[in-house]
Amino acid sequence: MTASAHMQAPDTDPGYNFAYLDEATKRMIRRTLLKAIAIPGHQIPFGAREMPLPYGWGTGGIQVTASILGPDDTLKVIDQGADDTTNAVSIRRFFHRVAGVRTTTRTAEATIIQTRHRIPERPLTEGQVMVFQVPMPEPLFKLEPRLAETRRLHALGDYSLAQVKLYEDIARQGEGGSSYSHPVMVNHRYLMSPSPIPGFDNPKLHMSPALMLFGAGREKKIYAVPPYTSVVSLDFDDHPFRPVRAPHACAACGSTTSYLDEIVTDDRGGRMFVCSDTDHCAENQMARKAAE
Amino acid sequence: MKTGFTDPVLDAQAGFRALMQAMARPGRVQQVIPPPELPAGLEAAAAATILTLADAETPLWTDAGEEARAWITFHTGAPLVAEPASAMLLLNTGATMPALATLHAGEDETPQDGATLIRQVTGLAEGSGWRLTGPGIEREHHLAVMGVPGDFPAQWRANAARFPRGVDVVLCAGGRLAALPRSVALREGG
Ligand SMILES: [Zn+2]
Repeated sequence: MTASAHMQAPDTDPGYNFAYLDEATKRMIRRTLLKAIAIPGHQIPFGAREMPLPYGWGTGGIQVTASILGPDDTLKVIDQGADDTTNAVSIRRFFHRVAGVRTTTRTAEATIIQTRHRIPERPLTEGQVMVFQVPMPEPLFKLEPRLAETRRLHALGDYSLAQVKLYEDIARQGEGGSSYSHPVMVNHRYLMSPSPIPGFDNPKLHMSPALMLFGAGREKKIYAVPPYTSVVSLDFDDHPFRPVRAPHACAACGSTTSYLDEIVTDDRGGRMFVCSDTDHCAENQMARKAAE
Repeated sequence: MKTGFTDPVLDAQAGFRALMQAMARPGRVQQVIPPPELPAGLEAAAAATILTLADAETPLWTDAGEEARAWITFHTGAPLVAEPASAMLLLNTGATMPALATLHAGEDETPQDGATLIRQVTGLAEGSGWRLTGPGIEREHHLAVMGVPGDFPAQWRANAARFPRGVDVVLCAGGRLAALPRSVALREGG
């Protein structure tokens, strides 16, 4: 049978198989990924494994990353756009330890970007793969709690229920595109949750040069959007989808186009808006300094 | 018995990335790390694809000879099946290709169960031949394939017409491969 002993990359922890997962699990996930790419937007169940991090820490995304990652990759991990949160740092350290892989905070240098809740501002390239951490992969779950029924609706491509519900939400809130997880139609066939990214990021999924992979650990689902694939946010003639950002300039870099986080600056109600994408903000600040 | 991958872990990872790129960018030709030894009848890309994807969970049909069959069983543990329709993976090395319409295409709710046909061909070239459009392709890709049946484009149209059910194809020539996911549309002669 297949040999289990193998060369470790030079500075990895010898107590683990390369990238932590055993080879049988990687093969199963890899086969699932290929089918997910061949059927854009279709959720595929997979035999998710326990990971040494709790659910909510992106165990689905981690398993996808572990199955695709190789010694030539450079990995970036973001959490709400930031590279320096506990979650992002832990995942980056984990892969450095179990795969000896190079890590970076620079979007431009990364070949794999694992993300929770954002897509970088810098346009992605053909050499990059995005891996999304997905808490709830089923875009119909609020309307139809029975999984067997959602499978049937996806098989039929019957999304009339979702449209009615979304219409009601939008009519109540007034605007499409301001919320998270705004559902999208992929390749004109499957309704898909883009994961809890802001609606602002939805257009970045459309015809992206990069491959997009989605992993849901607790729900044990994998799905994908190939490069250069049509991804359209669900909307209506009288309530068209518009990506929304706070109407301010970033207090740190001055950007008027990036997605902003609101930060409370003192206990007297002071607040400011800064880029959610920390690498993008740093790049803008450097460019501004260089121009001065 | 001929050996498998030199490094079973890292070579399988490289093999998978070639397959992932091929599936994500239909018609773009990818290179694999060749296994150091090959059983009679198998070329590097087809052999690497099998070592990357096959195991005890993947019923496999092949028309390859005895040495290749024994090599596959030894290195992957994949159960060999006699009927193409029962296979999850098919390794097709001979002149005759099993008709796509006869392979397992999955069901409406589980189209991912559709088979993967790995077909060894005599040549692959980008830039001419079939015109491919669909997911993974910005405008169009051109792929020339030597060594598939003349009615392959017609078979492919029928395969694509039952989307999301269907079969996915990996075309292998020497150490190179290209893929046709079921989502891709194929037209002949530019
Ligand atoms: Zn900024």
